[in-house]
Amino acid sequence: MTGLILPVVYIGIFAVAAFVFTRIGAKKDGYTALKTVTFGDESAVRPNRAAGIISILTLFLLWGMFTGSSLIPSFLHAPAPFKGETSFEYTVEANGQTDTATVAVLVHEREETPDTPAIEEGDGIAKNDSIKVAQYRSQLVSFDKNDEVKRADGAKVVAINGTPVVPGDTVEIEGGSVTISDKGTPNFQPENGLQMEPLYLPSPEAVVERTGKVLEEGFRGTSLLGHLGMSLFRVVAGFICGAIVGIPLGYAMGLSNWFRGWFDPIVEFMRPVPPLALIPLVIIWAGIGETGKIILLFLAALWIMAIAARSGVSGVNIAKVHAAYSLGASKWQIMRHVIIPNSLPEIFTGARVAMGVCWGTVVAAELVAAEQGAGMMIMVASKFQNTDIVILGIILIGIIGFGIDMLMRGAERIMVPWKGRG
Amino acid sequence: MSGLSIDKLSMRFDLPNGGSVQALKDVTLDLKAGELLSVLGPSGCGKTTLLNIVAGFLAPTEGKMTLNGHEIKGPDAERGMVFQQGALFEWMSVRDNVGFGPSMKGMPSKEKAEIVNHLLDVVGLQDFKEKAVYELSGGMQQRVALARCLANDPDVILMDEPLGALDALTREKMQSLVLKLWKETGKTIILITHSVEEALLLGERLIVMAPRPGRIHKEYRLPFAELGVEADLREVKKHPDFAVKREEILGMIWDMEEEIMGRSEETA
Repeated sequence: MTGLILPVVYIGIFAVAAFVFTRIGAKKDGYTALKTVTFGDESAVRPNRAAGIISILTLFLLWGMFTGSSLIPSFLHAPAPFKGETSFEYTVEANGQTDTATVAVLVHEREETPDTPAIEEGDGIAKNDSIKVAQYRSQLVSFDKNDEVKRADGAKVVAINGTPVVPGDTVEIEGGSVTISDKGTPNFQPENGLQMEPLYLPSPEAVVERTGKVLEEGFRGTSLLGHLGMSLFRVVAGFICGAIVGIPLGYAMGLSNWFRGWFDPIVEFMRPVPPLALIPLVIIWAGIGETGKIILLFLAALWIMAIAARSGVSGVNIAKVHAAYSLGASKWQIMRHVIIPNSLPEIFTGARVAMGVCWGTVVAAELVAAEQGAGMMIMVASKFQNTDIVILGIILIGIIGFGIDMLMRGAERIMVPWKGRG
Repeated sequence: MSGLSIDKLSMRFDLPNGGSVQALKDVTLDLKAGELLSVLGPSGCGKTTLLNIVAGFLAPTEGKMTLNGHEIKGPDAERGMVFQQGALFEWMSVRDNVGFGPSMKGMPSKEKAEIVNHLLDVVGLQDFKEKAVYELSGGMQQRVALARCLANDPDVILMDEPLGALDALTREKMQSLVLKLWKETGKTIILITHSVEEALLLGERLIVMAPRPGRIHKEYRLPFAELGVEADLREVKKHPDFAVKREEILGMIWDMEEEIMGRSEETA
């Protein structure tokens, strides 16, 4: 049910916000305002700032709505699972006699262990019963335990809350439903509502709270920053090794026939192999320790950097090289003053791709086997059903991946401002 | 012996299909120091090949060249080159581009700065010396290219359609600048162009090349470059001989193009 309502609510918010902000609050500015042809003109398309903000807020709103978060007003919540006391009556028929008794029901949260509600047994052949049941669970009511007539004597439930029933029927009652099982036992199922069970999706505040706790206590003997730092360290170490070998290799391939001929088949073969496919082999060869991880990331970065450096060299406009020779530059000076600076933009692009690939690869490698690291954290947490830690980990992995890309772009802007301007 | 001497230069390219193209055949040319030669011709006549051979980027299949008595074997700082476009180093400022040649020689920075400053004054880019070259207009970029070439003080300057990518107005200004620099520095210049007017205005000597095989078709000695040093180029164009020469050469090139078309129609 939730699976259907959630996208409907999401599309609804999207449509309403789009209508409000594009029709009512529409105000174009600058040169674009004077353009009459905008549909099909990609340069006239700018990300709408309001849409960006509402988009993020909507995600958190939906998260809060469907987890009953205390951060948003409760009237926005999706219907919550039933909690508290309710009751229903059942009618027993045995040996031609009928009698009605009440079952007091207490629905509690799963973590709580309350006492079963106290009741008076009452008179008649059927006595009142009392059960407790955790949310999202169901409970069979052994109605005849305290009754004068037992099921073995032919006693059976013929009505719930006055509605006649046979095995297989379901009767809705306040706070849940009662189904008569094949063997004639009433089975109480509390209402689940439309919210997600915390096991599947914890509320935002639960994740925040868990973040504080993990920050304070760490996870599996290592602090949160220790886990993330470990993953980052592996990425940086693997990437640097890959760049140190890959860039000179790429240059050699771009400058010498022999190197090009020798390494082209290797590079062209290794390039399309996903680094993840190398994990098993690397584990066999180097084990699950640091060496193995860094070798894996080295291999992930190596081919990307070699190809970037090679295309950086091939991309040199021959006129620049000719000009440098005519100005009296030696081979080494041409390398240093023309080929290297000219290939830097390509190398930076390659480095950005390589860092992205390495970050993805390290998380995957840690999922498989690791003592520390962001991937290990979410893998172990999922085994212990700590969904909040899993979500926390995913968010942090996303933020760091995004941060790495931003950093590389920033470095590119500062270091190679001439990119694409030749 | 001073000057550039080209003796029976031939160039044949082998094609992958087994055939070959005779790009140049028996080109002989003597250029005295300080002469300005413009080279005209229809496309495919081997002008750029000739220039690349003189620059030392290509080795001819036959013939030899000498500059000031020694043989040309490869690229060298004695023969500077100005390209049509795209040959500036966009990772360097205007000043570093102009100072590239002196830096490569290891010239002391004070001396280099003097040369660079002087040349930036000459080409009128003193205010732009800290700018990146990609921030300049096309005309300014070609001024940088000229200054960069001059900073190295070459004996010969080779220009491969240096003004080809500029708009008409900028082009006229640059033509005056080329003449001014030629007169001031007394360099030997070979200038390749597609424009008959430009060839007439700038060339003290002018050769028209013919295609298949590339060869020198006709040579002229012209007075217009000398006139242009002093006078406005538009005045020079009003010279009675100018229009006559222009029509003559245009007709010549037109005939060559016709012949090429006819020949390719025959083969087709």
